Amino acid sequence: MSTVAVIDYGMGNLHSIAKALQHAAPDVDVQIVTDAEHILRANRVVFPGVGAMRDCMQALNQSGLSDVIREVAKTKPLLGICLGMQALLSDSEENGLTLGLDIFSGHVVRFAEDLSDSEGNKLKIPHMGWNQVQQRAHPLWDKIPQDSRFYFVHSYYAKPNDSAVIAATTNYPDAFACALSQDNVFAVQFHPEKSQTVGLQLLNNFLHWDGQS
Amino acid sequence: MSLAKRIIPCLDVDNGRVVKGVKFIDIRDAGDPVEVARRYDREGADEITFLDITATHDNRDTIVHVVEQVASEVFIPLTVGGGIRTLDDIRRMLNAGADKVGINSAAVFNPEFVSEAAQRFGSQCIVVAIDAKKVSTTGEADRWEIFTHGGRKATGIDAIAWAEKMVSYGAGEILLTSMDRDGTREGFDLLLTRAISEAVSVPVIASGGVGNLDHLAEGVITGKADAVLAASIFHFAEYTIQQAKQHMASRGIEMRL
Repeated sequence: MSTVAVIDYGMGNLHSIAKALQHAAPDVDVQIVTDAEHILRANRVVFPGVGAMRDCMQALNQSGLSDVIREVAKTKPLLGICLGMQALLSDSEENGLTLGLDIFSGHVVRFAEDLSDSEGNKLKIPHMGWNQVQQRAHPLWDKIPQDSRFYFVHSYYAKPNDSAVIAATTNYPDAFACALSQDNVFAVQFHPEKSQTVGLQLLNNFLHWDGQS
Repeated sequence: MSLAKRIIPCLDVDNGRVVKGVKFIDIRDAGDPVEVARRYDREGADEITFLDITATHDNRDTIVHVVEQVASEVFIPLTVGGGIRTLDDIRRMLNAGADKVGINSAAVFNPEFVSEAAQRFGSQCIVVAIDAKKVSTTGEADRWEIFTHGGRKATGIDAIAWAEKMVSYGAGEILLTSMDRDGTREGFDLLLTRAISEAVSVPVIASGGVGNLDHLAEGVITGKADAVLAASIFHFAEYTIQQAKQHMASRGIEMRL
């Protein structure tokens, strides 16, 4: 039986993601884990997270999980979700400047204040709700229609230095990178575990992905 | 192509059953919450909100079990409100599978609770529920105050100023209920909704008074709400969520269909 480790480093509720993974692929052993040994032993790793970037990085650095995630990023399929995506960038402007894991070269920045849509309506921050995702070819989008809506809730977004790592974009109001991919690493800003059918499909795709793009 | 407006069915849960009061009296039974949540998910609800109105403390565990059960099979955002007073209450709900909690009276009695909660769990999961009632009389400029205890107790606090304060304390979203309209089926208080939505930077959910599908559309178009919440029109199967979404889309509103 293949295993997927959901990294528990004290940032937020992991039951949703664990339940969704189990639902998406009943044949996979889903484990919520806190230690390096279990993470390194699993076939695949999910790196979730909600909350603030500084707390996230502090928890990862203190527990030594930063190095474990860097190791996973070189060796097996890794899925970063929401703050777990942002933490993969070089740094974030949240909480002053917070250094990230630097697996993707680039920055995490806040949406500008006073954004408005084409009709002049004020755009709210956080960007919250179901928005359309414009995919670029990648096995994790298998069986997911182009422009499907996924559930987002965030105030910061990733700006990778190399646009070749962008696996999908979303408009709010301008296009931003809502998914990144590089070798065996895939990361999404939205919450697949809260995005109903298309979200479960993406999780299912990840749980059967061999890490090749 | 942009962010969709959301439809959020609300389940008022009393001792583990879905009920809906008309102006908080005359409660009618509307079924098993897990069953109802499943149906809403199938019909395309964008989120589901549970409002626990169980009066006695002893029976409050029932809502935790409801959330646990729903969260294991419904994969859209879930919010739980009603009786959230401590950080521990929030933790229990999030652990049960809720994504957000609604804080209402506790915020009024202790505003610092909102900032503590936002710091601990993140603003994304803190919804501040505001029950507002018009207090200006005819001829005066419109003015609303917040009320507690199901709309019975006035606080003297201006609703717009309160919404702004709650956002500055870390609320990630505002659930705005017009106590004048709740249960009346006359439509949202659109002036109130618009005033609050334009005053704050975070999303606003309009609530209270939905009687037909045009009311939902007006909440977004005129009220400038980011999401609309309704209970009874969905519970008693007058309309499906899908019908409501189709109708709103036909009025030119971006929806997830």
